[in-house]
Amino acid sequence: MIQHRIPRSRTGPSRRAFLATAGAGALLAGAPAIARAQAPTLKIGVLLPRSGFFAQAGQGCHRGALIAPAVLNEMGYRFELVHVDTESSVDIARTQAERLINEGANVLVGAFDSAQSIAIAQVTEQRGVPYVVNVAAAPQLTEQGYRFIFRNFPRSIDLVTNGLALIKTLLTATNASPQRAVFIHANDTFGQANRGAMDRLFPGANMPFQLVENIAYDPRAQDLNAEVARIRAARADLVLVTTRAGDAIKMIREMVRQRYEPMGIVSPGSPGMYDQEFYDSLGRFSEFCISNVPWYNPRARMAQPFERAFRAQFPNDKFEFHAFNAGFTLEAILIAADAFKRAGSAAPQAMVQALRATDMADHIMVGGPIKFDEKGQNNNIGSACVQNRNLNPTVVLPSEAATMPPVFPMPGWQQRG
Amino acid sequence: MPFDFYVNLVSTGVLNGLVYGLMALGLSVIFGVIRVVNFAHGEMAVVAMYAAFVLFRGFGIDPLVSMVPIAAGLFALGYLLQAGLINPFVGRAEHEQFILLVGVAIILVNGLLMLYGPDARHADVSYGYDSFEVGPLLLDKVRVYAALAAFAVAVLLFLFFRFTRTGTAIRACADNLVGAAVIGLDVKHLYALTFGIGAACVGAAGALMILLTDATPMLAPSYTLLAFTIVIIGGLGSQSGALAGGVLIGVSESLASFFIAPSMKAMFSFGLLILVLLFRPQGLFGRRT
Repeated sequence: MIQHRIPRSRTGPSRRAFLATAGAGALLAGAPAIARAQAPTLKIGVLLPRSGFFAQAGQGCHRGALIAPAVLNEMGYRFELVHVDTESSVDIARTQAERLINEGANVLVGAFDSAQSIAIAQVTEQRGVPYVVNVAAAPQLTEQGYRFIFRNFPRSIDLVTNGLALIKTLLTATNASPQRAVFIHANDTFGQANRGAMDRLFPGANMPFQLVENIAYDPRAQDLNAEVARIRAARADLVLVTTRAGDAIKMIREMVRQRYEPMGIVSPGSPGMYDQEFYDSLGRFSEFCISNVPWYNPRARMAQPFERAFRAQFPNDKFEFHAFNAGFTLEAILIAADAFKRAGSAAPQAMVQALRATDMADHIMVGGPIKFDEKGQNNNIGSACVQNRNLNPTVVLPSEAATMPPVFPMPGWQQRG
Repeated sequence: MPFDFYVNLVSTGVLNGLVYGLMALGLSVIFGVIRVVNFAHGEMAVVAMYAAFVLFRGFGIDPLVSMVPIAAGLFALGYLLQAGLINPFVGRAEHEQFILLVGVAIILVNGLLMLYGPDARHADVSYGYDSFEVGPLLLDKVRVYAALAAFAVAVLLFLFFRFTRTGTAIRACADNLVGAAVIGLDVKHLYALTFGIGAACVGAAGALMILLTDATPMLAPSYTLLAFTIVIIGGLGSQSGALAGGVLIGVSESLASFFIAPSMKAMFSFGLLILVLLFRPQGLFGRRT
């Protein structure tokens, strides 16, 4: 019987060829990481919700990223920005973060919204790429032991702590004494985090009023008619809010229509009431609302080139309306660029070490030097009491930074010019 | 809790619901006759909202007035859409119709985003913050006017379908397509007319909506979903069902947000939808097929 043996093919892969191919494959697979490490300039992926639900704020942040080269190149920082729209979607934020890293981004910056930032942080942690958060307050971002995240924004608990302290200062400064307050908040990640902070802090805060009800609402609701009816039913004379611009507009509109006249509407640390959209939509009814939030420091040395570059690049936009979002985004890019400059390399570990060693006294937003603790959190960011006056966000407290005295209680809806 | 709170809540729900109902009526008319589900319905409503905004901001035309030309414009758009794009898809697989109209929806939303950006737009009419005080009742003027206008349009539509030859012909197409074709009705033209009428309804509703809420392009998918919920609860193809479904959703959301939790009001609507699908799948006013 003839046995047909299959001869070893002369054209099949030899051990040497196999090793060569495998080696080349490994090189190719590792190429993005090597490219990242040896990058001559820093490639920063900027993830922002430029369309979708958070688009209004995302566009404000985007403006900060767009002026970053003009402001920072003059200061000797070299970097390349890749702008990506997350479409306000957590899933898109996650996949775009993956894509940016695959395409060689050395560091990611973003993403205005807590939920999207959490998704990005999961990716950067898995891939070992540094991530600088511009705006996002959910505490879990820096509380779950991530090694690659750096947040230059207060946590919810810091926002509410500062916010409540400023309310006390406000009531003392104006000799006002509201008796009953409600806390109304969006039920998204940010709103729930602020609610958690309020639950923890309010009982021990010794505030001179009673918190009679917490009301959660869907920020995408068509109107807030029933929510305002609940506030009225609670006979509250002070309304504490955690909103975005769209829902803040709906809330004020309903208050006016339902002839509900609170002593004041105060945000202990949320956006919405200082956004351009808020002023444009409500006009005189936007006046006297108060936001106790981190704010840009007009006296800071860096504030001048920031403002100049913004006005030059966006002559049709009012700087004050975008200062918050643009300022924090520009600062996040500055932090990454500064770390790269000191590290002399874009390699992840070198960048992380440099970011950890950040100590930047000269920056844009109110607060002490930018420094990160072992969790990657900057704890030196302060808040200001910003009241809407003459259709402008105006610092009214603390007195050393104020440009106008606060007005509280606010005038009735129909008593405004 | 004072009684007037409940009365105010219910009345607001009814007023909102009438406008929602008019929007859903357009969807119901289109499906009832052509048997095509308009997945771009909310998007068309938002196009109308932007049209009302532009006419108000540019020419000072009150949305209560501009709803007439806007409805006419949407009628033309609907007619052309049906005649040029959707007619070839009538009778084809439902997923093909779905993809076609989702495509139209995406184009409309992104077109609006490109033209107007993501910011909220509002028609700040002079009576926008005024209310009627009727005893303990506090009724927003904008809601009252919008609801009355929506009701008037719905009545006109009922009369059109009941008493005009064209309306009767359209109903004939809905009842017996083959019969309608046999007696010489121009079915394709009537389909286009029907889509135009449905689009005109949603155009009028959109113009009125700008009085109630701010327009943003991203509002569109939620309006499509809202219209679907209303129409399924009221009964697909039933005109009175659409209006009643709108009022039911408006009132139930209003009460649910007050008594349960505001953030759960959408869940309450969908709960209602599931109950209807389980126990009366043809909808409250629909006919069993």
